[in-house]
Amino acid sequence: MLAAVVTNSVFGFLRFAVMLAVIEAGTRTVAGYGEPQLATFVWAGQGLIGVVLLWALPEFAERIRTGDVITDLLRPVDPVWQLLAADLGRAGYAVITRFVAPVVVGALAFDLYAPRRPATYALFACSMLLATIVCFSCRYLVNAAAYWLLDVRGPQTAWTLTSGIFGGLYFPVWFFPHAMAIGLIVATPFPSVIEIPLDILVERGSSMVQLGLLGVQAGWVVALLVLCRWVQRRGERKLVIQGG
Amino acid sequence: MAYRRLLGAQVRSQAQYRASLAVDVAGSVLFGVLDIVSVVVLFRVTPTLGGFGFAEVFLMTALASCAFATADLVVGNVERLRQYVRSGLFDALLVRPLSSLAQLVAMDVATRRVGRVAFGVVMLVLAAANAPVELTPARLALLTVTPIAGAVIFGAVFVATATVAFWWIESGEIANGLTYGGLAFTQYPITIYNALFRRLFAYAVGFAFVAYYPTLALVDRPDPLGAPAFLGYAAPAIAVMAAVAAGIVWRTGVRHYRSTGS
Repeated sequence: MLAAVVTNSVFGFLRFAVMLAVIEAGTRTVAGYGEPQLATFVWAGQGLIGVVLLWALPEFAERIRTGDVITDLLRPVDPVWQLLAADLGRAGYAVITRFVAPVVVGALAFDLYAPRRPATYALFACSMLLATIVCFSCRYLVNAAAYWLLDVRGPQTAWTLTSGIFGGLYFPVWFFPHAMAIGLIVATPFPSVIEIPLDILVERGSSMVQLGLLGVQAGWVVALLVLCRWVQRRGERKLVIQGG
Repeated sequence: MAYRRLLGAQVRSQAQYRASLAVDVAGSVLFGVLDIVSVVVLFRVTPTLGGFGFAEVFLMTALASCAFATADLVVGNVERLRQYVRSGLFDALLVRPLSSLAQLVAMDVATRRVGRVAFGVVMLVLAAANAPVELTPARLALLTVTPIAGAVIFGAVFVATATVAFWWIESGEIANGLTYGGLAFTQYPITIYNALFRRLFAYAVGFAFVAYYPTLALVDRPDPLGAPAFLGYAAPAIAVMAAVAAGIVWRTGVRHYRSTGS
């Protein structure tokens, strides 16, 4: 926990230094973000990683590989809902620990952007919840690949790369060409994990834009959970418990 | 030689499943691509970064990427030391008549990471041609030696930070702040960081010598921060110092190792 917070904070300093350099070379705004907005984007982003748990060990894949998954299947609740419930509990705790800590560090070292509209706080809370479910679903799909592959390092690598670069972690997706950024936000789930909650928090766009972004996230939540359920059902048919 | 056998056995075992290895190597290449793409995207929205243009930052990134990838290939898995200490497996290494660190390195080498090293070398050649670096024999030597010295510096950081596990098993990803954080730091000119951060990462750990100072020497540019020009050629000396320091930290750690006793 402490180690994770320290590491997230170190990366907060590193990432914000790059953003500051970008902004100082230009006209004090870049891709629609002002300096305090970028500071909030970076530091709240460092906290958000811990809430959505962007990089988790593939524990469920390991349970499929070893056959331990059979105890999950014996329970009267679908494994998707079991894991989701546990993940939401973990995320709730992470909000008061791993999210708050980097934001406090960032607030002490830099001027952070505080939302002007009170409603933004509520919207951000909803967005963070939806982001957690989107991230959970993506991680679940990566893990469930073990039903077919047994070893999920390939899908895991693909997720780490795409979520980081297309999700808004390394830099806001608006640094890409405009059409590409919009395409990413609507047509891929990655920005729903990091980019959208942060854009809502720094009030990039009007209240209507914020609501629209929440709608995109909600759409992805429904689509991904349906997909998770379907993959789980197909996986169960494929599952062979090895050994005695 | 015993180490070569250990290493050979590892590489052979990892090469048994050809398709699997190929996918892993491709994934490793993509991590290298990511380093470069980040720089390209940043320069889409800004003309300069910390007073340097794209060509110079590209060269720094290529040098950093090469150095990090090589260190990651050779000693990257030393971060698994945590699991060895927790499970008591480290005892098994200590009873053998070989160096514990060398065994750890040989046992955990990740063959797939050659992909990122190969990609890094290609990018370095491109970056040097693009900069453009006027090739004198001295600069050619610098261009070859710098990634190796950088790899030793990163390797030393990998070893020194992994050693923390002897005292603090739940250290989690704290080492990543210096290893992956070091890669992020060295990719960009040190002029963009504030004084405290620069002192810690660039000078105390020596990350400025992985890419920043060598790049200045390669493109023949004085340091905006006023450092003397010979620092561009100082990387090998810094690398030796880093390796010695990491060795001392490792030995101290091993001496403090207390088995889990299970």
